Amino acid sequence: MSDARTTKAEHIRHILETEGAAIEQNTQGFNDGRYESVADLEDYEGLKREAREIKEDAIERLPELLDDLREAVEANGGTLYLADDAADANEYVRQVVDDADGERVVKSKSMTTEELELNTVLETDGVDVVETDLGEWVLQLADEAPSHIVAPAIHKSRESIAALFEARFDPDQSLESAEELTRFARERLGEQLADADVGVTGANFVTADSGTMALVTSEGNARKTVAATDVHVAVAGVEKVVPTVEDLAPFLELIGRSGTGQDITSYVSLLTPPVGSPTLDFAADERGTPDDREFHLVLVDNGRLAMRQDDDLRETLYCIRCSACSNACANFQQVGGHVFGGETYSGGIATGWEAGVEGTDVAAEFNDLCTGCSRCVNACPVGIDIPWINTVVRDRINRGDVDADEGAVEWLVEGLTPDADPSGVDVQKRLFGNFGTVARLGSATAPLSNWVADTDVARALAERFVGIDRRRDLPQFQRETFREWVSARDGLALADAERTVVLFPDLYTNHVQVERGKAAVRTLEALGVAVQVPDVTASGRAPLSQGMIATARERAEAVAEALVPHVEAGYDIVVIEPSDHALFQREYEKLLDEPSHEALAANSYELLEYVYGLLANGADADELADGDGERVAYHSHCQQRTLGVERYTEAVLDERDFDVVTSDAECCGMAGSFGYKQEYYDVSVAVGEDLTAQFRTEETADRAVVASGTSCLDQLEDLLERPSRHPIELLAPE
Amino acid sequence: MTTDTTDAAGRDRVLGRFRDRLDDFDVSHTTVDPDGVSDAVEAVLEPPAIGVDLPEGRGELPPGVTTVWSPADLRGAATGVTPASLGIADYGSLVLPTTADGVEPVSLFADRHVAVVAEDDVVGGMASALARLGDRFRADRGSAIVATGPSATADMGALVQGAHGPKAVHAIIVRS
Repeated sequence: MSDARTTKAEHIRHILETEGAAIEQNTQGFNDGRYESVADLEDYEGLKREAREIKEDAIERLPELLDDLREAVEANGGTLYLADDAADANEYVRQVVDDADGERVVKSKSMTTEELELNTVLETDGVDVVETDLGEWVLQLADEAPSHIVAPAIHKSRESIAALFEARFDPDQSLESAEELTRFARERLGEQLADADVGVTGANFVTADSGTMALVTSEGNARKTVAATDVHVAVAGVEKVVPTVEDLAPFLELIGRSGTGQDITSYVSLLTPPVGSPTLDFAADERGTPDDREFHLVLVDNGRLAMRQDDDLRETLYCIRCSACSNACANFQQVGGHVFGGETYSGGIATGWEAGVEGTDVAAEFNDLCTGCSRCVNACPVGIDIPWINTVVRDRINRGDVDADEGAVEWLVEGLTPDADPSGVDVQKRLFGNFGTVARLGSATAPLSNWVADTDVARALAERFVGIDRRRDLPQFQRETFREWVSARDGLALADAERTVVLFPDLYTNHVQVERGKAAVRTLEALGVAVQVPDVTASGRAPLSQGMIATARERAEAVAEALVPHVEAGYDIVVIEPSDHALFQREYEKLLDEPSHEALAANSYELLEYVYGLLANGADADELADGDGERVAYHSHCQQRTLGVERYTEAVLDERDFDVVTSDAECCGMAGSFGYKQEYYDVSVAVGEDLTAQFRTEETADRAVVASGTSCLDQLEDLLERPSRHPIELLAPE
Repeated sequence: MTTDTTDAAGRDRVLGRFRDRLDDFDVSHTTVDPDGVSDAVEAVLEPPAIGVDLPEGRGELPPGVTTVWSPADLRGAATGVTPASLGIADYGSLVLPTTADGVEPVSLFADRHVAVVAEDDVVGGMASALARLGDRFRADRGSAIVATGPSATADMGALVQGAHGPKAVHAIIVRS
C-alpha cells in the first residue's frame, strides 16, 4: 500500500507541475465569475430551489416522462431509442451511421458519448469521427482525455496548442495568437463539417411535452453539426428529461452562471428535431428541404435507472453538468480532472457518476480528493449534497476488499482503534477515523508522546505504514486536557449567571487547542454566561471524513444522548470547532433520528455566532478585550462559510476595534486528515499556498493570523511560519 | 428579472434593459421605424450578403442582400441578415427561429450577423420567452436558437470572439 501511496503522490506531483498552473488560472476564473454572475440575480436561491424541484419531480416520474417523450419524438418524425448500456447505445448509433452510408461523423461536445466511448466504436468501422468543439478537437488531435467537464482542454496552454497544430498540420503561416489558432481550427473544421454525413450531439435537457432538446454551447459548432448534416443523432443520459419547455427557464438562467460564470452562453439551441432548416449539400451546392432530415434520440441508461433506486446516489441524477463543483473545489483548482476524475467525469459530483456508471472501484481511485469542505454545496445549482455522496461512496469502498498488503500493521491499528466499521477500512483511514482514541492516548502520555512521535524513526514508520507525510508537523497533544482544566477550576456559578450554555469540548479543543477552550470559557463567563462542559468529545467528524459512517453514527448518537437532555432543559449548545458545528447542522441529519437532529441543529451555535448574539441582546461588549486597532488577517473555515456564519466573527472583531482583513480562499487545504496523508501532501500545500499568499501581501504580511478551524490553524502555522490563533483568544478578557 | 408589462413606462423599461444587455454582450444595435430598416441594414453590412425575408410589417432588406442563395453562397457570405422572433431583455438575447428559408444557417455561417427584431417581440425574462416558445413548439414542433452575443471560445488559451459562428452581431430593433 505504501507503494501505491508513493505512486499516487508522484502522479499528483507530475500533474501539479505540468497542468496545475493552467487549471488553477482557469478554474479560479470560472469560480470568481460564478460569484459575480449569480450576484446579479434577483432571486438566486429561489431559482436554485425551482431547478431542484423540477429535477426531483422529473426523476420521480421518469418512466412516465419517457413515455410522453417517445410519443412526442415519434409525432415529430424522429425515433427514440432507449439503450440499456454502452454497448447497446453504440450498436444503435453505428447502425444509424451505416444506414446513412456515413463516412464522416461530426460531433459536438458530449460527455455521454465519451462515457460510451462511441468514437472508438465508430472508428473501428472505418468512420472518420471529427470532434468540432475546439477544445475536444485539440484533445482528439493530442490523444488526451478531458481535464474538465465543460472546458475539456483547460490544462493546455496556448503555446502547447500552437505546437500541436504545427506538428500535425505544418500550416503555411505559423500560428501564435489565440485568434490565429481559432481561425485555423474554424476553417479546417468548416471543411470537414461541409462534407459530413451524420451529426452527433449531446443534449443538456430534453422536454417530454414537445420532444425539444436544449443544447447549451458557445462556439456555434453544435449548431453547425445539426445544420450541415441530414442525419442528426442526439445522445444523452435518461436523466436529462424534464417535463416541459417552460421548465427549462431556471436551468438556462443558472447553468452558465454556475459553470463558467457567464450569465448565459452564446447559444442555447432549442431543437425539436428533425429541425425545420433546409438541408445543405455543399458538394453539389444544393439546398434540400427540411423533409430530407432524419433524427434519432438515443437515451442511455448505463446504470442510471439503478441510481434512481439508490437513496444515496439518486441525487447525482439531478446534476446538470455545469462544473460548479469542480471550479469551487480548492483541490480541483490545483489538479483538475486528470487527478480528480474517473473514466469520464471529474470533480466532486464525479464520484456519484463514476460509482453509478462504472462502479465503486473507479470512484475509489479519486474519491479521497473530496475532503468534505462543502464549498460545492452552495455552488451547485440543484443543491446536491455532493460531500455526502462522496462520503457514502467512501463508505462503500471501505466495505470492499481488504488490501492484502495491509495485514501486517492492521492488527496494530485495529487494536488501537475499536470502531464499528468493517475490516476493509484502509489502515490510514482507520487511524484518522479514530482520532479520538489517538488524542486520548496522546494527552495521557504527553509530552513523551509528542517527543516520540516527532523522532525520525517514528515519522518514517508512520509514513511507511500509515501514510502520514513526514514533512507535516504533528498535532502537539496537551498533558492537561480542556475538560481537566474545567473540572479543576471554580467557574461562574449557575446561580450568579444570567444564562447557562453547554460548551462542546471537541477533540481538538480538548487535547490540542486547549487554549481556545479556556478563552471561550473566560469570554462566555465575562458576558454573564455559566458554562457547562459535558463528558463527550468525539463528534463523529473524524470517522465520517474517512467514510466510516457506522462509527460516525455511533459517535453522533453518543453526542445526542449527552446533549439533547441539555437542550430539553433549555440550554443552548455552543461549539468551538466549526467542522463540528457544521456536523451538528448538516450531516447529523443523515446520522441521527429527526427529532435529535432538529434539537441539536436548532439549538447549537458556533462560538462567535453565540457571542455576537449575546452582544446583540445587551451583553456588555466592554467586558471583552479591546482590539485597539490591532491588525488581523482572518481565515474563516470552509464549512463555516457554507453555513454563512463567518460574518459573526468578523462583526465581533470589528465591534471590539480589531482591523480585520478576511481571506477569500475556498479552503485552507488541510481539511482534517487530508494534509497529513502522504499521497495528498503536495495538493494540500498547493491549496494552502493560495491562502497564505493572501496573508503575505504588503497589506497583510504584518497582521496577526486568526483562524476558526483547527485544520486551518495547523495549515497556516505550517506554511506561514507565523503564530495563528482562534479569534476567541483575541477577544477573551485576561 | 425584468417584468413584462404593457404600459408605456413598463415597455420602455424592458426595451432599455434589452439595449443595455445587448451592449453588455457586445451586440451593436440601432432602433428604426419599419421604413428605416433597409437603410439600417445597408449601413452595417459587408458584402457579399445573404438574407432571409423579413415578416410582414418589419421592413425590407436592401437590394444588396440576396435571399436566393446556395450552400456555396452561404460559405462565401460576409454578412447574413435574418429576422429574430423574440428578444429577451434580461440577457440581450435574440431568438432565431428555425425556418425552411434558412434563418439558422444564414445567421450562423457568415462572420457578421444582422438580426431584425420588433420592439413588440422583446420580452422581459427567460421565463416569458420560454412560455411563448413552449406554446409554439408544442403546436408546430418548431425550433429556435437563443443567441446572445457573437460566438466565442476560450479553448485556444484566451477568449476569442468568432469561433464557428459570427464574430460580430448587430441588432436592428423595429419600432411598432
